[in-house]
Amino acid sequence: MNESAEIGLLVLAIAAGTPVVYAAVGEILAERAGVLNLGVQGMMLVGAVAGFWAVFTVESLWLGVLLSLIVGAAAAAIHAFNSITLRVNQIVSGLALTIFGTGLSTFIGRAGETQLAGEPAPKSFEPLLTGGLADIPLIGPLVFGHDILVYLSWLLVAATSYYIFRTKPGLALRAVGEDPPSAESAGIDVAKVRYIHVLVGGALAGLGGAYISLALVPSWTDEPIGQAGWIAIALVILASWRPWRALFAAYLFGAAGQLNFYLQTQGVDIPSNLLAMLPFVLAILAMLVLASGERARKLGAPAALAIPYSREQR
Amino acid sequence: MKATRFKALAILVLALSLVAAACGDDSGEGDTEELKVAFVHVGPTSDKGWSWAHDQGAKYLEANMDNVNVTTLESIPEGADSLRVFEDLIADGNTLIFGTSFGYMDPMLEAAAAHPEVTFLHATGYKTADNMGTYFGAAEEGRYLAGMVAGSVTETNLIGYVAAFPIPEVLRGINAFTLGAQEVNPDVTVQVVWTSTWFDPPVEGNAAQSLLDAGADVISMHQDSTAPGLAAEAAGAKWAGYNTDMEEFAPDAWLTAPVWNWGPFYLKTAEAVRAGTWTTEQYYGNMADGMVDIAPYGSSVPDDVRKLVDERKAQIISGEFSVFPATVTDQDGNQRDLGDIFAMDYFVQGVVGDPAG
Repeated sequence: MNESAEIGLLVLAIAAGTPVVYAAVGEILAERAGVLNLGVQGMMLVGAVAGFWAVFTVESLWLGVLLSLIVGAAAAAIHAFNSITLRVNQIVSGLALTIFGTGLSTFIGRAGETQLAGEPAPKSFEPLLTGGLADIPLIGPLVFGHDILVYLSWLLVAATSYYIFRTKPGLALRAVGEDPPSAESAGIDVAKVRYIHVLVGGALAGLGGAYISLALVPSWTDEPIGQAGWIAIALVILASWRPWRALFAAYLFGAAGQLNFYLQTQGVDIPSNLLAMLPFVLAILAMLVLASGERARKLGAPAALAIPYSREQR
Repeated sequence: MKATRFKALAILVLALSLVAAACGDDSGEGDTEELKVAFVHVGPTSDKGWSWAHDQGAKYLEANMDNVNVTTLESIPEGADSLRVFEDLIADGNTLIFGTSFGYMDPMLEAAAAHPEVTFLHATGYKTADNMGTYFGAAEEGRYLAGMVAGSVTETNLIGYVAAFPIPEVLRGINAFTLGAQEVNPDVTVQVVWTSTWFDPPVEGNAAQSLLDAGADVISMHQDSTAPGLAAEAAGAKWAGYNTDMEEFAPDAWLTAPVWNWGPFYLKTAEAVRAGTWTTEQYYGNMADGMVDIAPYGSSVPDDVRKLVDERKAQIISGEFSVFPATVTDQDGNQRDLGDIFAMDYFVQGVVGDPAG
């Protein structure tokens, strides 16, 4: 509480960005495999409610994390089946998953004897360290002041980046997303690679959702995650499908959302409703600048993104 | 082939509707005709805030009136598109429709003009028609008392106020809260932060956190979720909520909150509509008629503060005390007439922030 408002702004940017980091890394994995999943918002919501349910009923945060991973992956399995096995339009299937997940999370939140909706979490993820290292000016709150899921997200980003660019399975993943027929002829099971990465992507989106219901706003109401899932999808493009860039882009978005409140407490005279749009304006600008055709291709958009693969059509 | 299928489907639908009609007869055996009442909320009724409080009122109506059929629609966005929702409800046979958010005003007015047989009640608005009334309550009375509690417990003399939109209702609450805080603590400053949303838990929580970072040790709010309180609790600060008793969300931070009790008004209105005696009005409830109250004090509120606030509350109810004086000092230090509180567009002295957003 004694830290200055500027450091507070950065700390909040990290907190607000963390759910988006998990979801964006998950989406990077799915898109690197060539599957566009617009169901992120839905997967985050079912993960968020599953995690909250675990904490609410058995008071175990880690069971909540585990459950959010499983439920997120299960939700993603629907999209995987649609887009990989049935080869339906991925945009339609993903949007359907978002609508389904939104409705399902609301339903679960109100089913049963004791409703989850309108309840606080009995436990939440709190900063690992208070005092000591966390009291070092500037570095303390920025580096040592977070809860464990923030540190896990940093590990996740490092591990995913290494996996995608430095390992053999990562190479196979990129091959599947770039040129499935060639990958197949090199002995890679395209469908299997796609399934695995869509499922893992869903698990991470689920965890991102649970970060909101277990750490950021430890409680449950209908649709408590704002627009985090959509921001995550936009970030994947801004980050040009690279995990480290997604991390910093997520924090940039977090800061953009937070800047509104920071400037207001500092008495800067800019209409607050304009500032409230800032994260979304950033998302649109990112799309305009980066996502247009050839440029997106150069930045690293997987060439086979959103294109169903059929062995027979090779 | 297609034609046969269609026929089979038509028969099925017909059969089902006959069953439904038969069932309907059983439940409709009262001597009064069924009254279909609908509620349209901007947020989820699970928010434990604004929409939840209205939903409690709807449940009170359902429990205390014979042969009433209540439909509740939640999370309906404000604005022109909500007209479609009101039209759907009318098509479903609802004859009394409550819209519980400011932004439904013009769509409701439009629907009211097109359907003179339906009665509309709009919360927090100011436009009426022969078949459309408004209702609201003097939350400022509860705000003033909550401000007294907050002003008594702050040590940094900076109170943070997370607020949704710069409309008269919200400005009125902020000003009343500030006047209450100043009554017990002339040095207090109330810092306002606008979120541009009624309900977005992460955004509301982050706004509260930015106020805590700026040095506030008490958080007040005009928002629909409990997220600002969770932020205050985590920071070891205090919290004055809104809408309902939210103590369980932040037991250490909890001070009190202006709360709503809509049920009796809903019941009274529905009975008047059924009896055909309802006429358009702009109903403004208050602490005296029970529409507004404050929630029970949190455990950290000292006894002498409780006593002081309770005395004020009694004076407000008896009419001895009015929360707004006839002249006030505005944010820039100028004396001014209070003016129409339903069109309030300024901050009183002691509020930091922009009353235009």
